[in-house]
Amino acid sequence: MNTTASPAPQATPLIRWLVGLALVAPIWFWAYGHLTDFADAVLSLTGLTRQSALGEALHFFFFDTPKVLLLLTGIVFVMGIVQTFFAPERTRALLAGKRTGVGNVLAALLGIVTPFCSCSAVPLFIGLLSAGVPLGITFSFLISAPMVNEVALTLLFGMFGWKVAGLYLGMGLLVAIVSGLVIGRLHMENHLEDWVQVIARGEAVHVQEERLNWVQRFEAGWGHVREIVGKVWPYVIVGIALGAGIHGYVPEDFMASIMGREAWWSVPVAVLLGVPMYTNAAGVIPIVEALIGKGAALGTVLAFMMSVIALSAPEMIILRKALKPRLIATFVGIVALGILLVGYVFNLVL
Amino acid sequence: MKDIKVLGSGCANCKTTIALIEQIAHEKGEEIKMDKVQDMRAIIGYGVMSTPGVVIDGKVVHAGGVPSRDKIAQWFA
Repeated sequence: MNTTASPAPQATPLIRWLVGLALVAPIWFWAYGHLTDFADAVLSLTGLTRQSALGEALHFFFFDTPKVLLLLTGIVFVMGIVQTFFAPERTRALLAGKRTGVGNVLAALLGIVTPFCSCSAVPLFIGLLSAGVPLGITFSFLISAPMVNEVALTLLFGMFGWKVAGLYLGMGLLVAIVSGLVIGRLHMENHLEDWVQVIARGEAVHVQEERLNWVQRFEAGWGHVREIVGKVWPYVIVGIALGAGIHGYVPEDFMASIMGREAWWSVPVAVLLGVPMYTNAAGVIPIVEALIGKGAALGTVLAFMMSVIALSAPEMIILRKALKPRLIATFVGIVALGILLVGYVFNLVL
Repeated sequence: MKDIKVLGSGCANCKTTIALIEQIAHEKGEEIKMDKVQDMRAIIGYGVMSTPGVVIDGKVVHAGGVPSRDKIAQWFA
């Protein structure tokens, strides 16, 4: 009869996470809904108005900085959790034995959610080949992974809305799928480095896949935020500051003549300029936003961005360890062609 | 003494992993022999697809990213 009341349940890590998220999420949405008020308030502290060029530039800066950082933190956290469901080993298992076509689509989609840092590109590439994933499907994965990244998508969504972000996602996937199909069709397996060919014919080694609980997934999400947002925030702020300067001081339609849609040659020039450069999306997009506000065509600017991200020279040097020059050249050529088309399509549609 | 190998092509994450393991091993008073494995063939030979990977006494215990402090601590438990 005298049942001892069980002691108040200890706050387990999971409950702490859930309570924390329940508190933080409404604050996040409230803050995101009051960005204009915030920028107005900060600007009024400086005594300037939006009528002056400096005032307008500062308003742009005070509006965009919290907006981009809020969006980045939120989406990178969610992506960090999603990625815990797609370890490279799982991706390999999902792709093994898939046919050309379906396999390319699946590979491009998995490229978005499978976590790996760019220095893992070669082991991952070979890991896929050794599990019997065809070369073309492996390339679809390898192209979509850097090109359709969550930071780029987040920033495009935040600055241009879901239509542009969606179009970017769709076109990025299309480039990855079609490039992979073409490379598969060219049968360039003998243009892999010899030692890679030997491994690719061998048996895949299996590593035990880890089972994670939700606390670990939340922790992974938070780790992802610290790693990515922690690394890119200075680029974001510099990018926004530059963007703000362009926004406040460069005359309307100044960019239209060099980067506008009438200048047909601007798209290939943008792609060529992008290849040797290596920046990340976070620093480029705020500038992109300001350039577009001054008359630059979106397709041209996005083609530049895609080629910076997907065709960077450092990435090619890493891949050179596993691919012979002709295969690298084919890869660069096909992806560049794809990006070129994306640029023209954007310029036509928007 | 544990024989620890960190697999990776030498990027920032790999360096962080090495530093973290050395630090925690030191805290726990564990003697370790640390090796870096940068050769791509050797890395793939362990079946690791995403780096940094960690091999302890010939067994792969971790792959794909910097391991958490808790996870490293368990290796020395």
